[in-house]
Amino acid sequence: MKALIRDIYNTAHEFVRTFGAFQLFFLRLLRYSPRVLMRRPRLVVKQVYNAGALSLVIIMVCGFFVGGVLGLQAYANLARFNAEDSVGTVVALALIKELGPVITALLFAGRAGTALSSEIGLMKATDQLSAMEMMAVNPVRRVLVPRFLGGVIAMPFLVAIFTCIGLFGAHVVAIDLLSVDVGAFWQQMQLSVDIDDIHEGVIKSFVFGVVASLFAVWEGYNAVPTAEGVGRATTRTVVISAIAVLILDFMITAVML
Amino acid sequence: MLCFAVLKRGGPDLGSASDNLIEIRDLMYSRGSRVIFKDLNLTIKRGEVTALMGPSGTGKTTLLRLITRQLVPQHGTIHIGGVDISTLNQTGLYELRKRFGMLFQNGALLTDLNVFENVAFPLREHTNLSNRLIRHVVLTKLHAVGLRGAADMHPAELSGGMARRVALARAMVMDPEILIYDEPFVGLDPISMGVIVRLVRRMNDALGITSIVVSHDVAEVSTVADCSYLISDGKVAASGSPDELHAANSELVRQFMHGMADGPVAFHFEAPNYAEQLLGRDTE
Repeated sequence: MKALIRDIYNTAHEFVRTFGAFQLFFLRLLRYSPRVLMRRPRLVVKQVYNAGALSLVIIMVCGFFVGGVLGLQAYANLARFNAEDSVGTVVALALIKELGPVITALLFAGRAGTALSSEIGLMKATDQLSAMEMMAVNPVRRVLVPRFLGGVIAMPFLVAIFTCIGLFGAHVVAIDLLSVDVGAFWQQMQLSVDIDDIHEGVIKSFVFGVVASLFAVWEGYNAVPTAEGVGRATTRTVVISAIAVLILDFMITAVML
Repeated sequence: MLCFAVLKRGGPDLGSASDNLIEIRDLMYSRGSRVIFKDLNLTIKRGEVTALMGPSGTGKTTLLRLITRQLVPQHGTIHIGGVDISTLNQTGLYELRKRFGMLFQNGALLTDLNVFENVAFPLREHTNLSNRLIRHVVLTKLHAVGLRGAADMHPAELSGGMARRVALARAMVMDPEILIYDEPFVGLDPISMGVIVRLVRRMNDALGITSIVVSHDVAEVSTVADCSYLISDGKVAASGSPDELHAANSELVRQFMHGMADGPVAFHFEAPNYAEQLLGRDTE
């Protein structure tokens, strides 16, 4: 019994300690961010390219097919009520408010997040971060902040591209394959989607960008400096980011309804 | 050297009145339940090449990390130029580290930069030198380690020995006052080793810097060191010039300096009886 209580205490203590360290880590990133943006914009631009431009292919391909599937499902169900003209509305609202930010964030965590974690973890394992410390260069400012900012900046653009390509996919399916009226498709969409829907999508994409990038750099920076440790950190990045994105999506949706 | 004239020095004054640049007193450091150092006392003199030697696992690299405050001791003090490094805040510590150069065991080159940019990295971070001047300084340092021709290569294209030579060029690019070498001779071919050994000595004398060399290579270290410390069992087991250590009567010193299998330092890690283990009796 004593052992059980001790284990519970140790687990709770470790959780509180890690949570506190995580918050301090986030504050450190925020503290250095303005200075890095002002003084080292090239480092950030390079990371926007790494996290954003290099994720474009997967984002565009997935966006097209998600939009296509949404178009198919919407048509199949709305046609029962002779409401196939509303396909554009359904697809647009689903993509702008929910699927665009959420699926992009999950894809981002899987492609860019894992790349960030493993890169930072390997830098730690091969003493590159220690070498920076010894050269009087703060690795948080030089390595972590640019990568964090790169992800945060890239995410809203990736979401916008995903959503646009998704709408294009729905257009191809609904209009070119299922012969929905093109005028009705776009007009219904224009009438039903207002600026608040777009705001919701933008807020979500920004929040998910912060969350996915934060977990990626945190896990990489705190990886056990071995091959196995880096592998575990990479896996944790995807799992924790995915859970956090879905929970936050629910919370933001509930608040903004 | 060219960059001596252009690099501005800041940070704590390392003093010059005392001959002792680094003083370690009553140092205690443990990792978990394992005690690495207990009451370690050690002095490193200004302008000398000091060798830290000892059997594997005695904590030589850990000692370097304590000296550079990458690790913090549980007890004891480390003074560098009269400054207790435990009292420095992050800014003070970074100012102090700008006057250090450190060669890591594995080189620790930044893998997203090529050789030239790796060596230029500290200059770009800490100075406002023009690109032309940085190029001049970097090529000078790369030439000193024989790798001027590899400036455009990436760390992944280098052999282990070449990577360490690039790391050495990077360690000395800021013309540091204290140069720390962690196993500098590992993985070098005999020609490179000869060049690097001479470079360590020549740089120390020509620039008036202080060098600390951690190495197992007794023969090579003996040719460059002014003073050697043999660390064993968490303490300084012996110290003196290489000649004094070679002539020492202590069994431990003789075993280490002459590479003998038998002596106070066991070659085998603690294990059950060999025959019993082979016969499977140790598990019964």
